[in-house]
Amino acid sequence: MSARGAAHVEVLAAGPLTTVQDRGRTGWRHVGVACAGALDLDAATLANRLVGNAPGDAVLEFTLSGPRLRFARPTRVALCGALVDAVFIAIGGRPSTIGHGRPVDLPPGELRIGRLRLGVRGWLAIAGGIDVPTCLGSRSTDLRGGFGGLDGRRLQAGDRLPLGPARVGGIRRPRAPAWWVEFDDPLPTEPCIRYVPDARPGAGALSGTRWQLDPRSNRQGLRLKGDALDSPGVETISAAVAPGTLQLPPDGKPIVLMADAQVTGGYPRLGHVAAVDMPRLAQLAPGQWLQWRAIDATQSQRLWALRRAQWHRLARLLDERLPPVPARATGIDLP
Amino acid sequence: MSPVPHVRVEALADDAWLLTLGDAIEPALLARVHARVDDLRATAPPGILDLVPAYASIGVFFDPLRVGAGEVRAWLQARLDSDALQRREGGGACIDVPVAYGGEFGPDLEDAARELGLDAETLALRHAAAEYTVAMIGFAPGFPYLAGLDPALALPRLATPRTRVPAGSVAIGGAQTGIYPRESPGGWRLLGRTPLALFEPGRASPALLQPGDRVRFRPIDADAFARLGEARA
Repeated sequence: MSARGAAHVEVLAAGPLTTVQDRGRTGWRHVGVACAGALDLDAATLANRLVGNAPGDAVLEFTLSGPRLRFARPTRVALCGALVDAVFIAIGGRPSTIGHGRPVDLPPGELRIGRLRLGVRGWLAIAGGIDVPTCLGSRSTDLRGGFGGLDGRRLQAGDRLPLGPARVGGIRRPRAPAWWVEFDDPLPTEPCIRYVPDARPGAGALSGTRWQLDPRSNRQGLRLKGDALDSPGVETISAAVAPGTLQLPPDGKPIVLMADAQVTGGYPRLGHVAAVDMPRLAQLAPGQWLQWRAIDATQSQRLWALRRAQWHRLARLLDERLPPVPARATGIDLP
Repeated sequence: MSPVPHVRVEALADDAWLLTLGDAIEPALLARVHARVDDLRATAPPGILDLVPAYASIGVFFDPLRVGAGEVRAWLQARLDSDALQRREGGGACIDVPVAYGGEFGPDLEDAARELGLDAETLALRHAAAEYTVAMIGFAPGFPYLAGLDPALALPRLATPRTRVPAGSVAIGGAQTGIYPRESPGGWRLLGRTPLALFEPGRASPALLQPGDRVRFRPIDADAFARLGEARA
């Protein structure tokens, strides 16, 4: 029997902010369409790879704590991003703990993803990918535009998410390999984020003091709390901005633009976050302290290239380790 | 031939450059920005993802897995140094945008007119008399910032922004005019509303207006608004 188009996952509880995300949109910024997409593309890609999906397949991104989901069929899932406790309850079975950073084969049942630790965002890949329709070339949810993902909005209890075709069957008990992957070091209590200052007076001032993440932060932008920087006070002529752009509003408290940010902005710019550190920013908890370190554009490019090289090594390693789909008895049974 | 004005090129992100062509909001500079975007679009190497024009600048976004930052920089410099400018045939399209001014469609029209020392009808007619250029699209998908507002019609933004501005609202904010594509918060002064859909993600061309397009507002009455709205639905 073909499973195409028929498999679903049911959302029993959504958590504070759970959305469908892939690698985001390109090609539409000139008409005001933001990128959206997973705030840590490497984590989302890793989760996809662990379940046998393509890198661009859609996953669930959850914030602070995860959703409760019900699977009607056997499936394979992987959790990546910040550490998280998850419990799986098979129909008529006992609860078992689901590990992080590894492929987990599940029989039909309920997956309860709890609170995230040492970070605030996690990604769940499900074999076959979340098969919502593409919109402007992507399945990512554009919350401000109200399109993409599932009806352009965050998930809520009662939603049914279609899954793409995947060959997963014959799973009677939750099963996972004994290894797991940690692509990133855990986020330190007070991380240092690298940025490339603009060639403007005062752009380097960011690195002088400690900052705290303002709770009024979201997927559009992270606000920083701390001693106000000298602001030119006036708005400049609006120009293109990007995820990672550091803006300085008149109150002197910088804002870092994130994936859902609007495409143009009129605040003076301080510079941009090194691409390699964007995923770390996405893990900052409200109130958490952070520092900034200025580097130059060449260093930033090199860090990114290094990370790509690490990724390729990891991907090769995974190709040797990953259990084939459908899963065989290569893994260990979970308690 | 006039000398090529200096263009500043700086990193906007690890995967984007920002070209700054000037530091003013004025028609000649805006025309140069849009001509430059046409040229870049026509000559872009593979891996260029987005070209984002604004009043005086262009954001150039690329995929660093397909093309290096240095390679993109070299292409930009070569185009800026070249005398040849590839231009789009006939410039931007001219789009007619029907607008019902005042009343429930434009709750700020009366107050705005009073502030400007005009009556409401004169303000509406003068707003509709100009030909505008879509300088850039930002704030929200499909939100056009229109250049060409009669300077005598410039109005400060509301001290407290509205939490809900209806979709299609035509508004003045400072020296600019624009159209809200979707219900959203907003602080501009609402003069009227168009029944046209400015942005529909499911359409082949999702945005009604493109940067560089010209726009004319055509006053319509409430009946025409209802008729056009129904035709759309």
